[in-house]
Amino acid sequence: MQLFDIIGPVMVGPSSSHTAGAVKIGYVAHKLLAEPMTEADIYLHGSFLATGKGHGTDKAIVAGLLGMQPDDIRIPDSLSIAEGLNIKINFAGITLKDANPNSVLLKLTGSSGRKLEIVGESLGGSIINIAAIDGLSANFSGDHPTLIVHNLDQPGHVAEVTSMLSHKSVNIASMQLYRENRGGNAVMILECDQEIPDKAIEWLKGLEGVEKVTYYSLV
Amino acid sequence: MSYKLLKDVVDDAEKNKLDFWQVILNESCRESNMTEEESFKQMTEMYVAMKEADRCYDADVRSASGMAGGDGALLEKFRLQHNRLIGDFLAKVMEKAVKMGESNACMKRIVAAPTAGSCGVIPAVLITYEETKKVSQDNIIRALYVAGGIGEAIAESADISGAKGGCQAEIGSASAMAAGALAYLEGGDNEAIIHAAALALKNMLGLTCDPVGGLVEVPCIKRNVSGAVNAIVSSSMALAGIRSRIDPDEVIDSMRRIGSLIPECLKETSKEGLALTQSAAGIIGQLR
Ligand code: SF4
Repeated sequence: MQLFDIIGPVMVGPSSSHTAGAVKIGYVAHKLLAEPMTEADIYLHGSFLATGKGHGTDKAIVAGLLGMQPDDIRIPDSLSIAEGLNIKINFAGITLKDANPNSVLLKLTGSSGRKLEIVGESLGGSIINIAAIDGLSANFSGDHPTLIVHNLDQPGHVAEVTSMLSHKSVNIASMQLYRENRGGNAVMILECDQEIPDKAIEWLKGLEGVEKVTYYSLV
Repeated sequence: MSYKLLKDVVDDAEKNKLDFWQVILNESCRESNMTEEESFKQMTEMYVAMKEADRCYDADVRSASGMAGGDGALLEKFRLQHNRLIGDFLAKVMEKAVKMGESNACMKRIVAAPTAGSCGVIPAVLITYEETKKVSQDNIIRALYVAGGIGEAIAESADISGAKGGCQAEIGSASAMAAGALAYLEGGDNEAIIHAAALALKNMLGLTCDPVGGLVEVPCIKRNVSGAVNAIVSSSMALAGIRSRIDPDEVIDSMRRIGSLIPECLKETSKEGLALTQSAAGIIGQLR
């Protein structure tokens, strides 16, 4: 643990896992959607469902979805802010298979009709993990710029992405590959040390066999 | 932090003729690639946020459960009108500790130190110290490095979360951190600092985590008061020259072992202790 994890972070209470972590999950989803959100279906699992009300987990997730960070003093008012923006928010309980006790499934719709589905877990001490994106496994913390590429499971896509990154001098901190079945849908998740230029992201989107590109930027 | 033990920090301080806080500052620069100025600025921001949170206390708000809120105002009134029992310093510390814990429960902005549940202990002691003793803010920031170093050593060798180590790991750690900081501010040497921390932690060993309804409210908020007061008495003992008969790093290791022996039902799961009482059931029944 680093010094400013001990003295800090500055956050809106009451709980680092049920409040600050929940904001962070919402915030990562907000960045990944990358366009104004019109609708959010929020499914709370486990302890998020059981004690979420008292911890303001509902408000925290919505605040993150609106682009707020864990230290934003508007977090308690997020539900009415969302209402003012005409964003439809629905809450429900769910039992997710093999999920961490503090988990949430988010189904989001953006203004262009873009859909995004993620499962986020709060691991304690405001550390989070994104455990699934659009039904496929994932595993990233939102602490690095992260590139998520959904593609067909064909040879060559990994090389295309990694050589593009090296061309742009972006160093890869971690890389994961998941697929449904051979030749089916696959996803690669790359956590990077530097930000990836917008142009490079656009270029990736145009590649054959690449179905969806999602980028989580820290800026 | 690369130091696993408090003893290593003290040895390094003595070898390089540095203060305890400087060793921690240097180490934080190394681990997060910051300059001394950047680190000091960030620590100052933490302290300013603590003071801001203290100032923004709102006596009229209540938490979603209805269990938390308003007690800070009661203590303030007590301090101003009825307190003939304890000194003003102590009364102020108690008041600030409750206020911060209540602010946290009521979704206000606080600084986790080391956790949100224990966010009242360190600011209660340090802000009161700055206000009463009229020392410079930079002095308080240095004391925060001392506190942070003690917290890091505890996190390295044991735990700082209630879910892993029980409340001794949260309020206990915060109390040890505050005790060390206070010993530093009062001119104690490195021995006094780590023994203040050890004495404080010893008083908290075995404290379980049994929050009502799983919420960071009962017993958490008032435990911030006892953690803060315990920091004051422990640092006073250390400043008087009293030493923990058990080596400070061994106290931390004892906390780790005790923490692993505390059953799951008393580690933030709300399945035993205060969380299982009839009173708790009544409060939580209303909430659902
Ligand atoms: S009882 Fe548990 S939740 Fe409350 S302050 Fe202590 S460790 Fe934290």
